Parts: sequence; C-alpha cells; structure tokens
Amino acid sequence: MADDTVDPDEGSLIVDLLQGVIAWFQDPANWQGEDGVWNRLVEHLLLTITATTVAVAIGLPLAIWLGHIGRGGLLAVNISNVGRAVPTFAVLLLLSIGPVGADRLGPYGRAGLATLLALVLFALPPIITNAYVGMREVDRDTVEAARGMGMQGGQLLRQVEIPLAFPLIVAGVRLAVVQVWATATIAALVAGPGLGRIITLGFRRQDTVEVVSGALVVAFIALMLEASMVFLQWLLDPVGRARRTTRAHEADQTPEPIMP
Amino acid sequence: MAFLPPVSSVTSVEPNCMVRNEWICGEYLRSRSADLTEALVQHIWITVVSVLIGLVIAFPLALLARRYRKLEWFVVGTTTALYTIPSLALFSLLLPFTGLEPSTVIVGLVLYSLTILVRNILEGLKAVPEEVRESALGMGYGRARLLFGVELPLALPSVMAGLRVATVSTVALTTVGSIIDYGGLGNLLYQAVNNQFRPQVLTASVLCVLLAVAFDLLLVGAQWLMTPWTRTRAA
Repeated sequence: MADDTVDPDEGSLIVDLLQGVIAWFQDPANWQGEDGVWNRLVEHLLLTITATTVAVAIGLPLAIWLGHIGRGGLLAVNISNVGRAVPTFAVLLLLSIGPVGADRLGPYGRAGLATLLALVLFALPPIITNAYVGMREVDRDTVEAARGMGMQGGQLLRQVEIPLAFPLIVAGVRLAVVQVWATATIAALVAGPGLGRIITLGFRRQDTVEVVSGALVVAFIALMLEASMVFLQWLLDPVGRARRTTRAHEADQTPEPIMP
Repeated sequence: MAFLPPVSSVTSVEPNCMVRNEWICGEYLRSRSADLTEALVQHIWITVVSVLIGLVIAFPLALLARRYRKLEWFVVGTTTALYTIPSLALFSLLLPFTGLEPSTVIVGLVLYSLTILVRNILEGLKAVPEEVRESALGMGYGRARLLFGVELPLALPSVMAGLRVATVSTVALTTVGSIIDYGGLGNLLYQAVNNQFRPQVLTASVLCVLLAVAFDLLLVGAQWLMTPWTRTRAA
C-alpha cells in the first residue's frame, strides 16, 4: 500500500489532513443537528438493529426448519451467491425510486423504508446459509442416537440439533450485523439515512477533511462492532469454546462474507 | 416534477417510454447505447484490473503465510479486518492519497479481494496431501517445480472458487466507485438518484447482475478447461 519513499508534499498532506480531522472532531457543530454525527449515528444504529432483528425473525426459523427436515439445501446455499452478485446500491435505488419511495420514516430518516427493506434483504443470506449449513453439519450419528433414545422432532431440535449448530448460527448473525452496518453506509448514495451521509456531504462540499472524518467514524465503529460481536459469540457459546480448543479448524466452515 | 427525464428525450412528438419514465424502455436502450457501452466497458476493466492485481498480491502473501505460521495469523487477520470496513468509507479514506482517479476504486477493490483470495489459495495449498508432496520431492522435484507442477494444480479448485467469489463481489462493489465517478454502471445509477430516471436504473442494475453471471460462467469454463484430470476421474 504505502510507498517506500514518501515525497515531502505527501508527507505534509498527511499531517495537514490529520490536523484537519482532529479539528473536525473537536468542533461541536459537526456533532449536532440533522447532519451531525450523533443524529446519523443513531439512524445508523437503529437501521442496523431493526434490519438484523427482522432478518433474524424471518431467516432463522426458516433455515432451522429447512435444516431439520433436510430440504431446500440448494436454495439455502445459493441464496448467498445471489446476494453477492446483486449490488446493494442498485437494490436501494430500485426500491427508493420505485414503489416503496423515498419518504421519511420516523426516526429512520429519508428513504427509511427503502433502506430498511434493502438491509433486510442483505442480512438474510448469511443468516439463512449459516444456520442451514450448521444444522446439516450436526453429526448424523448423534441425531440417530437421539432418535434411538426416543427423542421426538421438537425435542431433538431443541436439545440436540440447535445446541450443536449454535456456533454457525451465531456466526451467521454476526456476519449479518457487520454486513448490515457496512451496507447502511451506502444508503447515503440514495440520499438515505445513516453515517454515510457525512461522507457524501463532504464530497458535495469538496471538503476532504469531512469526507475522511466521516469515513473514520464509520470504519472505526465497524471494527468495534466486529470485535464486540466476536466477543459476544464467544460469550454465548460455552460449548463451542470448549470444543474450539480441540477443533481449531471450526472457524473455516463459515462461508465467505459478502463484500461490504 | 421530479420525474423529468433528461432533455434529449423530449424532442419526439409522441411521448415515448422515456418521457413516461417507464421501467422497461426499448427507446432508452437504443438512444443511450453509447453511454451504456461506455459504462459497461469501464465496469469491466475496473473489475478485471482489480481482481488481477488482487491475485498477483494474494499469491505471494498466501505462500508467505504458509511458510511462516506466525505470519498466517497476521495476514488472515489483517485482510479480515479490512473486510469489515464499509466500501464507501474505504474509498473515501483512500481519496486523499490516490485522488479522484480510477486508482482509488481499484486499490479499494484489490484490498477487499485479498481477503477471499488469500484465504482460498492458502486453504487449497494446505489441502494438498503430504504424501503427494513427499513423492514429488522423492522424484527429485525442486521447490519451484513442486509448487507449479504439483501443488498449484491440486489447489486449483479452491483457488478458482475464491476467484469466482472475489470476481462476482467485485462486480457488485464497483458500483460504489460512482462516488468518485469511476463506478462503471454505478455511475448511471448515481445519476438517476437526482433525475429518478427509471429505465436507466433498471437497465444498469440488470446489466450489473448479468455481468457478474457472465464472469462467473467464464471462470467456471476456464476451470473446466484447466482441470482435465477432474473430468477423467469422474467418467
């Protein structure tokens, strides 16, 4: 990435930029009002939480049920490939100038409904694929043994399959949260809500400092979110934690994420 | 009056589908074919250049990570962390250094493709059975010949799987480059944010998905040609 030789111009450019960015964060005016960091941050968080919750409510029961009966594998696995090929930006735009419209939606801001719908669509593939793969990867012998012990469908699901599939199910939700956070940034391209607006506003004003400051906020919180989700996953899953010490390759089973 | 399409279409007497702002519009395809081709060509070259550079960088990184176990954690960790940074933010962070040039978009896309490519090349190489490696060494194969003659061909399915995912994702992500006017078909989408020009949005979106599918099929075909042994074994 970085060149071996940084010419003096570029060196001072970085220093100027850093000073500008520090000044930008110290200016209370950049934190207040509709375009301020606080408002955009709240919009962004609200969008991420709402969209992921809706996607979990729809996707998890569907994937767990499909995995339990062992059907629809082709759908569950291919949905991620389809999700990868469709640009988020296009979906957002199609929704916002189409039937859904770009009207304000309460605390979600302009084009709130279009953004929410697009985000739910993008959160579904990782949730469904991971939960389905997790359910199918549960050792068949274990399931058969549980059946042999007289366990019925629901009991088998609750006491054997879901606990064993738990690491991958949570991995899917984690991926969805981080991906939704990243995707919500793109809402700014359709003049939608969220932190991306600080970046696009900076572009319109040709203000590099503002662009970089906005990008730093988004990137920093994305990394924090990822880290806290990894921690949460570890916290929620004592069985997997014990198992991971003996089976280090577990994480490799997670399907590849969709580019942010 | 938000639905006013660009001026050039208003010249015809009968209001055509462009004036009526219909989603599906043959007139749009005819009159704007030059714009569409230009955007498509830009989209293709940005994607191809990004993935190729990604491949060229990912390969030595994967080799290094395989050679030194400590580096593996670092390489995989860094590229994964990069992946959590939203594209709009990454392009914007690169902007002061690379300017309003295609290189800003390309550097960003290369960084994203690294995550997938490094991981898949590494996995493919690791999956080569130790016996195979040992018999090649026993037959007097040198390091380079072992790598290019034995290990890489065997790792090819994993490498190609990674390449497919990286390419398809890059096609979709290139659209975000429209923020600095180098987003290929994304530029057409970005214009439509203001003029609400429906045929343009639908056409550009569909072309984008078709492009991703075309690249994917091309890579599947290439893999089929490059791995004749997998076919004879199956037959």
